[in-house]
Amino acid sequence: MMVSDVEATTTAPALDIDALRRDFPILQRRIHGKPLVYFDNAATSQKPQVVIDCLDNYYKHYNSNIHRGVHTLSQEATAAYEGARHKIQHFLNAKSPKEIVFVRGTTEAINLVANSYGRTNIGQDDEIILSEMEHHANIVPWQLLCEQTGAKLKIIPINDQGELLLDKYAELFTPKTKLVAIVHVSNALGTINPIQSMVKIAHQHGVPVLVDGAQATPHMKVDVQALDCDFYTLSSHKMYGPTGVGALYVRQSILEDMPPYQGGGEMIQWVTFEKTTFNEIPFRFEAGTMPIADAIAFGTAIDYLQSIGLDRISQREQALLHYAEQQAADFPGLRIIGTAQHKASILSFLLDSIHAHDVGTILDNEGIAIRTGHHCAMPVMQHFHVPATARASFSFYNTFAEIDQLFEALHKVREVFAR
Amino acid sequence: MSDLRELYQEVIIDHNRHPRNFYKMEDATQQIDGINPLCGDKITIYLKVVDNVIQEASFQGTGCAISIASASLMTDSLPGKTIQFVEAIFKKFHDFITATDKPTNTEELGKLNVLGGVRDYPARIKCATLAWHALHAALNESSEPVSTEDKSL
Repeated sequence: MMVSDVEATTTAPALDIDALRRDFPILQRRIHGKPLVYFDNAATSQKPQVVIDCLDNYYKHYNSNIHRGVHTLSQEATAAYEGARHKIQHFLNAKSPKEIVFVRGTTEAINLVANSYGRTNIGQDDEIILSEMEHHANIVPWQLLCEQTGAKLKIIPINDQGELLLDKYAELFTPKTKLVAIVHVSNALGTINPIQSMVKIAHQHGVPVLVDGAQATPHMKVDVQALDCDFYTLSSHKMYGPTGVGALYVRQSILEDMPPYQGGGEMIQWVTFEKTTFNEIPFRFEAGTMPIADAIAFGTAIDYLQSIGLDRISQREQALLHYAEQQAADFPGLRIIGTAQHKASILSFLLDSIHAHDVGTILDNEGIAIRTGHHCAMPVMQHFHVPATARASFSFYNTFAEIDQLFEALHKVREVFAR
Repeated sequence: MSDLRELYQEVIIDHNRHPRNFYKMEDATQQIDGINPLCGDKITIYLKVVDNVIQEASFQGTGCAISIASASLMTDSLPGKTIQFVEAIFKKFHDFITATDKPTNTEELGKLNVLGGVRDYPARIKCATLAWHALHAALNESSEPVSTEDKSL
């Protein structure tokens, strides 16, 4: 059975997948003589021509340092850079562009919050709530903060489907709880967490919430005002934009009171050797020359996503996930890790007792790129008592035929190991 | 295109499915962990060395077919060998699987020759050398865990 790649939908005209695929030059590549099947989108997405052109255009026509420059190139670059900030603001439905800080990516965003907000507001014996399904980027910065301040981590457990135990979450709050830091979509399991209701519970205790949105923003509409979260992090390169740039959303009233994270140029108002006064938000948090071209191209990637439509992307990716999960259910020896009711298009799995790296190598030989290992979420692996999983993560540009190829290749893996 | 059968030779599949010397040695004289932080794999090597000669070698742990088969083949090859001989074999083995061209005169490596296929899979060389790096450290009286990401390796 083959599902058509041009899906009829009730809400919007069908996506022309062939046309969308042509937007991504790399999808024409052949690997080991076979057409590339790129199923490692959760690690990083591929880049459309408009993003590549945007970078090229910046360096060819208006490369220059931003802010403070009186010449034309600098003004053009500044306008484009600040324009990208506005695009991110609207993408997240933040109230003000002042709430958007450019960072290197989600990891730096969380480190910024841990160092700036954390060191100011979290002290000895205070508690930070994380979950068992966090990426190391949302564990280690808090552990470092705990070492410095004597604060403690409390962990929301997960069930065997890979869902957070929300009753246990509600029980973790004490008068010492100072922050909740939680992933929106798990990179290892695909689980979509009920952020809105979790924020509500935290706010009832007067506790702010940071949401790691690295795996959410490529797949679904995110509205920080509807979520009512206090911090939200995202990475450009998982959203069809360049590497090296991302954004941190912080509610304005909180950001205003946060001290600088790094010192340097651009983040100051006035410097003498006696005292330095700091720039306004968000510039106070953008020390030194930022990745200007990448930030501008991040804005272009957001334009691209919105031109397709996040609703249509979600619908397409859910269809791909559903198709893959149906095949997986019938596949001999395959066990899905992460079977939450609400999932993004991530399929983590084990095949017999074959190690994920062996699966990955054999699939690569068939031109299929998947991720294998612990996915920087070792506590998740520990929960399921496995050292590693194989993970296929789907983008709207993937096809049902490619999913068929994946399962054909998995038969080959079993053949190699059946000898 | 590299042939998968060259990488996953029957001997490797067999040693992966039925690893030899896969037990915890209670009276080991040396014991060391080898870890690959990139994939989370971890194996423990146990040795009994008497008068400069390896009497017994075993291992335990989790890993891919290449790392388990390599540890299995390695521990099979060690008993009765002197430390100096084993160190020389380690160097030969390392050169053998990292060489750009297929090396000649590898008879000395015996069964270890079946691991030659990893040469065409650079991402998998560390899987094949994990047990050997741990062994090398154990023979040099280290008890710190060995990582495939140590720059000195």
